[in-house]
Amino acid sequence: MIELINISKSFGPKTVLDGISLKVEQGQSLAIIGGSGTGKSVTLKCILGLIKPDSGEIRVRGKPISGKREDFFKTFGMLFQGGALFDSLPVWKNIAFRALHEGMSQSNAKELAVTKLKRVGLDPSTADQFPAELSGGMQKRVGLARAIATDPEIIFFDEPTTGLDPIMSGVINELIREIVTEMGATTMTITHDMTSVRTIADTVAMLHDGKVQWFGPVTAMDSADDPYLRQFLSGSADGPIEAVR
Amino acid sequence: MVIVSGIWSIFQSVGAATLGLIRAIGAVALFTLNAIKACLTPPYYFGELSRQIIRIGYFSLPVVGLTALFTGAALALQIYAGGARFNAEAVVPSIVAIGMVRELGPVLGGLMVAGRVSSSIAAEIGTMRVTEQIDALTTLSTDPMRYLVAPRLLAATLTMPILAAIGDIIGIMGGYAVGTSRLGFNSGNYITNTVDFLTFSDVSSGLIKAAVFGFIIAIMGCYQGYNSGRGAQGVGRATTNAVVTSSVLILAANYIMNEAFFIA
Repeated sequence: MIELINISKSFGPKTVLDGISLKVEQGQSLAIIGGSGTGKSVTLKCILGLIKPDSGEIRVRGKPISGKREDFFKTFGMLFQGGALFDSLPVWKNIAFRALHEGMSQSNAKELAVTKLKRVGLDPSTADQFPAELSGGMQKRVGLARAIATDPEIIFFDEPTTGLDPIMSGVINELIREIVTEMGATTMTITHDMTSVRTIADTVAMLHDGKVQWFGPVTAMDSADDPYLRQFLSGSADGPIEAVR
Repeated sequence: MVIVSGIWSIFQSVGAATLGLIRAIGAVALFTLNAIKACLTPPYYFGELSRQIIRIGYFSLPVVGLTALFTGAALALQIYAGGARFNAEAVVPSIVAIGMVRELGPVLGGLMVAGRVSSSIAAEIGTMRVTEQIDALTTLSTDPMRYLVAPRLLAATLTMPILAAIGDIIGIMGGYAVGTSRLGFNSGNYITNTVDFLTFSDVSSGLIKAAVFGFIIAIMGCYQGYNSGRGAQGVGRATTNAVVTSSVLILAANYIMNEAFFIA
């Protein structure tokens, strides 16, 4: 479904991605993990076309994608790290943003937004509120509702639980798993949160020094003997990954 | 040896600054071309355009009106005092009108709107950049240039001439109020002198200038916001840069247009 072949990207002298190759099959959920600055966000932005890789190829449904990716975005949804909700618009217009701009009537768009709000466990009265009036957890839910508003085939989650308390993180993780399963969507998730990985992912890729350090099914993660992965899972300061103290 | 390395480092600094300036001019030029293209090609966001017309145009009326009122009044006093040196006090109505319509209305109005609007556009778009709202627009199949930049650019370019025209009238009324109440002018004569001396080209040149200033205000606000650095500091710097660059460009463009309209 989504394939990255030998993607490299440098910013000045710093090589962020050094020929990484990844593949997500249709209906599968890939989690990309790794320390800060290992190139997780850059990988996502390369796929979205927000950053142009120096070399390599990105394929979606077997076809190379480049340029503005208009066709790709038609069947795509994304939950951003901070929600990235448009603060000048009420919640329902945020959720139905794409539908409204594709010509859906205001009443139908609001109905769609309310349906999606209910799906993510929010009260329909939230629809008329503005993002700034919502808590962090509610903003994440609205962001999730916007990501799934047009039933996309591909969904990206960028740090879906960052900044949330453990209980709300659990709620968001469960919601993502449920929704993705019922929609049959192909997903990529960037996260540091191993609970998220275990709840959401089918496969896991660990990035380190711009390379894919470990790739495999989530079930094999805990028994893997890769020292980098082991250190990351244990959260230890001692090991091959250098920690700045 | 120390002298040679000192001279070398001066050359390096000058070279780096020159290259930086050329790069910045190139980036602004490309951004401007993309913005113009976004204004001229569909999809058009009319709802967003009308919102921006109200925000940029309607809400700038008080600041432009007050600026024009006090400028017109001060101008009448200055011209009266200056004209009295060679018995030319009677020129007050015509000079106030010409000065307001050709120069002070559009330029001072433009500078005031630059302070109010350019900063607000840069802060808003900069914050949207920092909080990934611009990336979100792209992933929702919406071109940020068309959705964010084009409506602001069109709104500022269309409303600035209207603001300048209103400012001109209020400025002339400021001069009239001072002229008739403080300087002893006859009300009817003041108005006749004002109307008789103004030509169509005086008014049209001022309105064209205002449209250009509106364009500059919006493009610099959008450019600085769109290319804002990270965090609060990045947005703050973008806001400051937007006001400074748009103000300087307004004054430079004003001089160039004066050369084109009145000297050629």
